[in-house]
Order: sequence, then structure tokens, then C-alpha cells
Amino acid sequence: MNSMTDEYVTEDGRRIGGTVMDLRNITLRFGGVVAIKDISFDIRQGEIRAIIGPNGAGKSSMLNVISGFYVPQEGEVWFKGYRRGPMKPYQVARLGIARTFQNIALFDGMSVLDNIMTGRLNRMKSGFLSQAMWWGRAEREEIEHREAVEKIIDFLEIQNIRKTPVGRLPYGLKKRVELARALAAEPQLLLLDEPMAGMNVEEKEDMSRFILDVNDEFGTTICLIEHDMGVVMDLSDRVVVMDYGRKIGDGTPDEVRNNQDVIDAYLGVAHD
Amino acid sequence: MDQLIFAGEVFLNGLMTGVMYALVALGFVLIFKASGVFNYAQGVLALFAALTLVGIQQGQIPFAHLINAAFGTSLHHFGWTVPAVLAIALTAGVMVLLAFLIEKLVLKHLVGQEPIILFMATIGLAYFLEGLGDVMWGADIKTLDVGLPQGISDAIESTTANWFGYGFFIDRLDIWATVIAAALVAALVAFSQYTKQGRAMRAVADDHQAALSVGISLRFIWVMVWSIAGFVALVAGIMWGTKSGVQFSLSLIALKALPVLMLGGFTSIPGAIVGGLIIGVGEKLFEFLIGPMVGGATENWFAYVLALLFLVFRPQGLFGERIIERV
Amino acid sequence: MIYREAGDFKTSYRSDGQTFPIRLDRWGYYAVLAVAFGVLPFVIDDYWANAVFVPFLIYAIAALGLNILTGYAGQVSLGTGGFMAVGAYAVYKLMTAFPDISVMIHILLAGGITAGVGVLFGLPSLRIKGFYLAVATLAAQFFLVWLFNKVPWFYNNSASGQITAPTRTVLDIAVTGPTATAPAKYLTCLVFVVALAWVARNLTRGTIGRKWMAIRDMDIAAEIIGVNPLAAKLSAFAVSSFFIGIAGALLFAVYLGAAEVGEAFGINKSFLVLFMIIIGGLGSIFGSFAGAAFLVLLPVLLKNTLVGGFGWPTDLAAHIELMVVGALIVTFLIVEPHGLARLWQLAKEKLRLWPFPH
Repeated sequence: MNSMTDEYVTEDGRRIGGTVMDLRNITLRFGGVVAIKDISFDIRQGEIRAIIGPNGAGKSSMLNVISGFYVPQEGEVWFKGYRRGPMKPYQVARLGIARTFQNIALFDGMSVLDNIMTGRLNRMKSGFLSQAMWWGRAEREEIEHREAVEKIIDFLEIQNIRKTPVGRLPYGLKKRVELARALAAEPQLLLLDEPMAGMNVEEKEDMSRFILDVNDEFGTTICLIEHDMGVVMDLSDRVVVMDYGRKIGDGTPDEVRNNQDVIDAYLGVAHD
Repeated sequence: MDQLIFAGEVFLNGLMTGVMYALVALGFVLIFKASGVFNYAQGVLALFAALTLVGIQQGQIPFAHLINAAFGTSLHHFGWTVPAVLAIALTAGVMVLLAFLIEKLVLKHLVGQEPIILFMATIGLAYFLEGLGDVMWGADIKTLDVGLPQGISDAIESTTANWFGYGFFIDRLDIWATVIAAALVAALVAFSQYTKQGRAMRAVADDHQAALSVGISLRFIWVMVWSIAGFVALVAGIMWGTKSGVQFSLSLIALKALPVLMLGGFTSIPGAIVGGLIIGVGEKLFEFLIGPMVGGATENWFAYVLALLFLVFRPQGLFGERIIERV
Repeated sequence: MIYREAGDFKTSYRSDGQTFPIRLDRWGYYAVLAVAFGVLPFVIDDYWANAVFVPFLIYAIAALGLNILTGYAGQVSLGTGGFMAVGAYAVYKLMTAFPDISVMIHILLAGGITAGVGVLFGLPSLRIKGFYLAVATLAAQFFLVWLFNKVPWFYNNSASGQITAPTRTVLDIAVTGPTATAPAKYLTCLVFVVALAWVARNLTRGTIGRKWMAIRDMDIAAEIIGVNPLAAKLSAFAVSSFFIGIAGALLFAVYLGAAEVGEAFGINKSFLVLFMIIIGGLGSIFGSFAGAAFLVLLPVLLKNTLVGGFGWPTDLAAHIELMVVGALIVTFLIVEPHGLARLWQLAKEKLRLWPFPH
């Protein structure tokens, strides 16, 4: 375990740093139901960390704990060296954690551009009067952030739909716009909730490429949940395996693949 | 002591008013449960039913004003009167027809829209029905009499006079209203629990898609539910109309059913009744105790403010299901 | 001169973000402003001012206000009448208490006071949503009307219980009271409309507007990406009530001259303004104007046709108006939930491609 606390460089040349997010003995209950039972793991700077497990294993609950939407009854959440107390979700966002959703949660009434601009809301500082008059800081800021957003639009190759209302887009593009919105926040930690659910092979390949590129080019730390084992094993540096709210495996894809508990609980049974 | 006895009388009268509120609220709950439509027009439905009942009973010619204005005639009545029972039956028929038309012309085209859009559509419907009622039957204040007993109950007055040395004034109409409302609620509960249509109605309320997939006709259920709501509106219209005359303010009184529902929860029949009683008693007692200090007429807003405060602390109402937010 | 965007290239994000990206639209807008300020004040008479233009301008402000709250921030309010009453009574108290200060400042302050009241009644929006909130705003409507009716301080103990606007001048021209002329009333309202529409446009295209729309479209997701729902909802209530308060102040001081609260600011006012934004278009500045124009003109037209043309009784015409308005609301919600604004946009899109639709 010692080696895990040191910085190292991956085979493909990415630099993995120290711990960004540290979850210690997390337990989450809904009434009498225990969704997460005494789970600990960490996420390190610059890595792609995956959480896998069968349906109902508590993966989404885990992601919601990390994003601050659920507050666990027991355990500690440490982010960038500080213990995070109970916070409102929007305060967590302002710490630099952005996410996408399993069931796309875009703002359907707004254009693609406006949706992505919402990702930068927390970076906009202009006052009310400046905005009401559209003068000074408000106008300057709008243009600055528009430039930043346009870079992400180029990066994700969605230039041609920037003025389209999001409601009219097909599913795969919506997923991409949602990723763009999360990226626009320039997060320190990016959470992806089943980024490839419901996609065909081609769309999955595109999305995998984008995830790798994001990690590679911006150095963004990523934590993702995914069903598709093949994708997870190819993408991630380290994998947490959950089953019935417990952690049954944690390590590199190869380690996890050879873990007997994991094979029994998850890989052993026939599963798509 | 005297104050206490007065308060007791106010309390009882409040209970009776509460029954009336509950009656209108019941119509809301039925429609909401079966179709997810928050029917703002329920109050106007009661007004429309009462107007139609008076019109039929007195043999008014529908649209007489319009016809007179357009053709220069001076029609007003057919010259006959219709017995109360027959008139009620005919009005019930009109309400069923109305339910059918509402389904065909409005609801059918709004399936799957957001609840707030449906809500606003029923506000439009309320305006339309109010105008229609006035154009059909005229806007003058009418008295409604279908033979329900009215006036102060002598029996109660003399009994309470013996007990407390002070006779309670309770309107016999209120007593009858309570009895009829109780019977109506019992009948509705029995209907939804024990009949095939009732089960289908509950299935639709739970899940439109699933109900469709087992072969329940949504359209039939909606027409049925709106018919029942129309019938409940008719009963409420008769009670209110007999009590205070058939006029526009009837639909405003019926608006009180909204705070009743916010207290009781939109999906609960017992909630509608308990909520109605709380609001009825609450506003009468408040007016009795606090009203004189602040200039009176607090009944105008008490129900809404109570519901507002209540909702802030318990958003799902007294009996509503707990709201769980998910991502 | 053809309606086109081709050839009208945008070379900066600033020009891409402007209000009227198409040149002809921009010119049309300037032309409307020029007529409104340069021509109409000289030709307007009492009938046109009182029946059409002044109420249109005032209701346009109210509709803009409600549209910010309902169309942009997604919070349905049935308390508009009550909030307009706050503006009216605030401006009345200010006008009578500080006669030396300009009435324009009074009107702005009345808006500010209404904003405060709006925030107070907006607090429950943090806990309750959708039509629960709509019904809760009825509490504001009924309570405020009752308050202004029952507390004599608000109407300076006048025997009739009415409030009456005293004469006040701007640049020595009477804009309120019995001596105010049609052009003066019209111009006063016009100044407020233009300024407020500009503010509404600026707010809705920037940071605050995106926060409002995010809350409207999906409140939970908005919170998770970093929108503080408390700040977003309350700012929407504040801005919306500011607009509505100014509309109420103008309605009383400039248009009506005298008002009784139950009559002038009853629940029907709340519905009227709500209908304006439904018919005009939720979440659209243009729609607020279109809806206000439509519902101000409709009764005038109906009355002129039915009463003036056919000689029908007034009350019958009023009842038919109810039916027409109700039917229109339902029709718009079914056929075009985005209202006149969307129809206008579709027409423009057709025009842009014309005569080659593919």
C-alpha cells in the first residue's frame, strides 16, 4: 500500500499525484435500508477512478455522497486535505466538484451554449447592477467565459449545435453536452454517472475517447460509475467494486479482475 | 363561561362550514388522483351546476340573453317549472355531457404535459365556464330551493338551552349538508374500493402507462372521474346555493377548497375532510377571537395563510405521501 | 431589402450576443422606438391613451415582471394583483407624505417596497413547488387586499376607503391627477417601459438569467452545478415584484387616478397578467409585450364589435369576453404553449428562408 501514496507516472505518461478525495468509513442509510456500509477508498490527483458493481450495489448512492447530495450518517469525507462538513450541494459544487447524471439532467428550455455557460456560473462575479445595465464587468465577463466555453465546444466537437435548444438533441449528443457543462466548471474532480448508459458502440467509443482526452489534456481527476466492464477496464487506473453496499474489491483493473470475491459476486455470474 | 359557550357555537358552525369546504375539496382530490390534473375549475363547476339547476327548475330558456340580443326577441322562460328531483337528474346529465366535452376538447390534447400547464389550462376552463354559465342563464343572483330544510333548528336550540342556559343557533341546512356529505363520501369510498371501475380508477391514478397496458381505457376513466367530480360539484352547488344564493362569489368560496387541499394533501380523501374541518373551524374561531381586533373579514385570507404556514413546515400536507427527491 | 442573416457575419462574441442579431430586426426596433417617442406623443388623444396605449404599457411592465418569475424562473404566482396593490398604496403614501420629491422617484421606491414584500411572500418557494406554490401565492393576494382594505393608515383615513392620486408634475408638466394630459401619461409610462424592458433583457441574458432558467428547467440539477436556490428564487421574486410594483403604481397614479383595492387589484388582475404571459409566451420579453397588447386590445375590439356594432348589452359582451379569453388560454396551451412569441419566431424563420424553403 505504501506505493499508493507516492506520486507516480503511468505507462502512457500521465502524472498521478496525491489523494484528492478521501472517503473514510462511509455508511449511508435510508430509513432502515443500508445503502452503503462502512466503505473507505480514495481518489488521487489526475487518475481515472471507477466504481463498479451490480444493480443496486450502492454505486449511485456513493457518487451522491461524493457530490454532497446525500450526507452519510457515519464516516468522513476529506477533500483536498480538509474534512468536508455537511454542505448544501451548491456549496460542494463551488469547491470544484462537477458531475454528470445517469438520467440526463440538462436544462431543456435553454440552448446548448447557455447550458454549457451555466457550468461557469460559479466563476462569474459581476454584480447585480452591472448585469442590469449590461455594462462593465457583466459584459466583459460574458465574453471571457464565452471564449472559454467555445474551447470546450471545439474540444467536444459540438460547434454545429451550439444554438440549438437542448430539448431537440438526440440522446448521445445530450450526454456530450452534459459533459461539456461539467467541464466548463473546470472541476478539480469530475464525477460521471454512467456516462455510456444507453449508447451504441460507436457513441461509446466517442465518449471513451473524450473521457481519456479530458483526463489527458486538462489533467482532470475523474471518478466514474459504469456498467460496461470492458469500457471500465480499458479506461480506469483503479477500480472500486461494490456489492450490496459493501466494498469487495479495490485496485488496478488487473488486480480486480483476479480478485476471487469480485469474480464470485459480479464477474462470476452471467452479466452483460 | 359565556365566552366559552359562544366559542362552542362558533366551533360547531365552523364544523358545518368545513363540511362544505370538504365537499368541494373532494371533487379536486378525485380528479387529481385519477388524472394528475389540479382542477382549478372545480369551484366554477359548482357554480355552473347550481346555475344550470336553477335554470332547468324554473324553466329558463338557455342563452336567452344571447338570442334576444342577436335576433331582437324577448325570450326568457318556457313557462313551466320542473320538479326538483327531475331537475337535479337533468343537471347531472348536463354535468356528464360537460365532462365528456372537457375530455374530448381539452384533456385529450394535453396528455403528458407538465402538471403546471394542466393547472393553467383549468384556469382557462374556469373562465370559459363562468362566462358560459352567465351567457346561458344570466348573471343575476338567483335563489335555489330544492326542498332542503332551512332555518334554525328548534330542537337543537331548545336542547342546548336546557343544557347550557343558552340555545345554539344551528342551521338545519348545515345538518343536512353534513349528512349528505358523509353519505357521499361513504358512497365514493365504496365505489373506488369495491367496483371494477373504481379499481380501474385507482390503477390510472397510480400509473397511466401501466393502466393502459392492462387494457384500461384512459379516456373512459377520465370522463367518468370528471362526471363524478361534476356530480360532487352539483351537490356542493346545491348546498352553497341554497345557503347563500347562486352568484359568482360561490366560485370564490369554492376556491377555499385549495387551502383545504394543501392542508390535507392532494391525494387523500380523509385528508380533504379533515383539512376542510380544520379550515372551517379555524377561520370561524379566528374571526370570533381575533377578528374584532383587526377589523374583521379575516375569513378572506385566514385559510390561505394557515395553509401557507403549514406547508412551509410540512410540504406534503397532513396525509400526503412524503416527497423524496432523487437525481 | 430582404430579411436575411446570410452575409451578416458575426466577427466577435459581443456582436453574436446582441439583442437583435439580424440587421432588419435591429432597424425595426429603432423604428418602433422612433415612432413611440417621436410621433405618437403628438398625435395621441384621450381615447387612444386611456383605452389602448397607457393600459398596454402598464400591463406590459406587469407582464414582464410576472414573466421573469414564471417564465424565466419557473415559479407560478397568483399574487400579481396583491403585489400591484402594494405598489399602488406605496406610491400613494409616498406622494402624500413627501409632496416635494419627484413622483418618478416615488414610483421607483414603490417598486422597491414591492420587491421587499415579494421576497417575503417568496420565502415559501424554497419549500414548496409548482401549483402548491401557486396556491400559496393566493395567500399574498387575499391577505394584501384585506390589509389595504382594513387598515385606514394605508388610505390616509379617507371616508370612501379609496385612494386618490394628487397632481404631481415632471418638468412642470402634470403626469398624475385630473389635469394630466394624454401625451404626458403616455410618455411617463413609455419611459418606464423602455427602461424596464432593457433591464429585463439584460438580466435574462446574463448570469442571473441563466440561474433562473436552470432552476426553472431542473431545480435539483441546478443546485448540484452550483446555483444557490435561495438566492436564485428570491432574486426572481424581488425583480419580478419590483416590476409589478411599478406597474401597480403607474396603474393607480397615472391611469386610474383613484382606486379601491378590492376592485382594482382583485384576484382577476392576477389572472389577467398570468393570461398575458401564457398567450404572449412564457420566458420571452417580446411575448410579454405581445400578450399585454393582445389582452388589452381584445376587450376593446369585442366591445366595439358587440356593443358598438351589434348593439348588444354590455354585460353580455363582458360574459362573452370571459368565454373567449378562457377558450384562448386553453387553445394556446394546447396548440402553442410558447404563445405568440413562438408564432412570431416561426414566421420569421419562414421568412428568412423564403422563397427557398429547403
